[in-house]
Amino acid sequence: MVVVERPLPLDPVALRADFPILQQTIHGDKPLVYLDNAASTQRPREVIDALVEVYQQHYANVHRGIHWLSDQSTERYEIARERVRGFIGADKMTEVIFTSGTTAGINLVARSWGDANVRPGDEILLTEMEHHSNIVPWQQLAERTGCTIRFLPITDDGLLRMDLLDEFLTERTKLVALAAVSNVLGTINPVSEIARRAHAVGALVLVDAAQSVPHMKTDVRQLGVDFLAFSGHKMLGPSGVGVLYGREQLLEAMPPFLGGGSMIRYVRKDGFTSADLPAKFEAGTPPIADAICMTAAIDYLERIGFDAIPAHEHLLAERAHDLLAKIDGLSFVGPSPDKKAGIVSFVLDKPHSHDVAQLLDGNGIAIRAGHHCTMPLHERLGIDSSNRASFYFYNTPDDVDKLGEALLGIKEFFGRERKRRRAKP
Amino acid sequence: MAFNNEEEMYQEHVLDHYEDPYHRGTCEHPTHAHEDKNPLCGDVVRVELAIDDEGRVREAWFEGKGCVISQASASMLMEQLEGKRVDELKDFSAQQMLDLFGARLTPNRQKCCLLPWRVVQTAVHSRVAGDEDDENPGPTFAGPDLGEES
Repeated sequence: MVVVERPLPLDPVALRADFPILQQTIHGDKPLVYLDNAASTQRPREVIDALVEVYQQHYANVHRGIHWLSDQSTERYEIARERVRGFIGADKMTEVIFTSGTTAGINLVARSWGDANVRPGDEILLTEMEHHSNIVPWQQLAERTGCTIRFLPITDDGLLRMDLLDEFLTERTKLVALAAVSNVLGTINPVSEIARRAHAVGALVLVDAAQSVPHMKTDVRQLGVDFLAFSGHKMLGPSGVGVLYGREQLLEAMPPFLGGGSMIRYVRKDGFTSADLPAKFEAGTPPIADAICMTAAIDYLERIGFDAIPAHEHLLAERAHDLLAKIDGLSFVGPSPDKKAGIVSFVLDKPHSHDVAQLLDGNGIAIRAGHHCTMPLHERLGIDSSNRASFYFYNTPDDVDKLGEALLGIKEFFGRERKRRRAKP
Repeated sequence: MAFNNEEEMYQEHVLDHYEDPYHRGTCEHPTHAHEDKNPLCGDVVRVELAIDDEGRVREAWFEGKGCVISQASASMLMEQLEGKRVDELKDFSAQQMLDLFGARLTPNRQKCCLLPWRVVQTAVHSRVAGDEDDENPGPTFAGPDLGEES
């Protein structure tokens, strides 16, 4: 297979050398080709070192102890919050809540803002391409409040039906909750336009930014959104930490969600008073070391830069489309590369997606198989499951070529004429 | 392109059953039937049995869609069932099913292999149309819930 070589916006081979886990060979002698970055990315040595350093030198509980270690830990925890604030362009540190991940952030909004503001007959507008974590919390809210969940339709190639938006945005719409980038289709949604039109009818906007923040410049003020949630583990950070951004005015008015230590000012036998932001939404001991390491992850990402990262991933997605389009019986799930991030999902006529992933794994290639937590999307597309290759800056054109070759091998393996060997009973 | 590591899982006899399954289709006069799926991968298997008055399986048929492992194991199981008595089927363990399949499977793929077995264990308690019998959910396979993946 011949693909036109183009200069790369960054040097993935040099960057890959920073990632110890990617230096392995698996199943004997197969170099690891990691193409499951939409599920979780890997960590460079400096993030791993930062985690070790916290536990070896600075760790204690935050905002509690009157002692040196607690001061060390608290200072670094708040430095990380400030680093995140600047990273996403929020006005104030009080608008940055550390959570355990995107799912936790969305659930926080659904429970706290949702229970306080949503009434029977109100509508929550989602899209047909949402991840389960941006569907189920709203379905649970609907069970509690009697509100209605609506889904903005998509086209067959996985773009939002923006022509129908006005039909779906009504005075009953209280919130629009959508992914900035689809975890299956890769579609980059026009978030700022949707936010503008949603605000025009008085609705708030929550963005599931799990697939966008790691890959492209995010500025919450430019986007004009009210809530935005993302995860550390999809952007080189530790698992178990995430961020919820919320406009201060909204967070101030919202009741606390989880009750416990840290989130209170006073507790008496007959009640409590909430702490100020952001502590109000950080009950219990937070993921301290993990949050602190967000600083190292952001430092690393910003050194490469959000010009080079999406440009590189775009080249890989184009290369994958060029190669995979030549495979008989393969159809793409999602739009053309110019309309999406570095995510390439596809369906083979044979064999099943899990067999495809299993056979690729034997060649050292890690991709995703199944429904990727988007059962309604798969139902909309009329497929049971799909395979997904998702790229990051440390992936090389060679990784893409290996995927293409291995898929051709799988097609050949299953296309082979076989003699029936077993005897009929 | 070699598939050395998969030779065990995708052995010729497995592919043989996948591509040329035994009794894929519907039973003409089924007495018992059941269908279930594995939500992780969307594998679906339906089993129809014709069990005679002496409690012996005269015919076993399956329909389904899904991965190589689940569909091949269904074919292998149908071959195995015919002529067996219901009490023998009830004693047929998950481990015996994995042994029958033969190829070594990772824990996640064992669930694919065991889907048809699980369906059969319930089917023998599920009489079709009108005939009353105890509705038994059948044995459950220990392990993480397959209903969700993130």
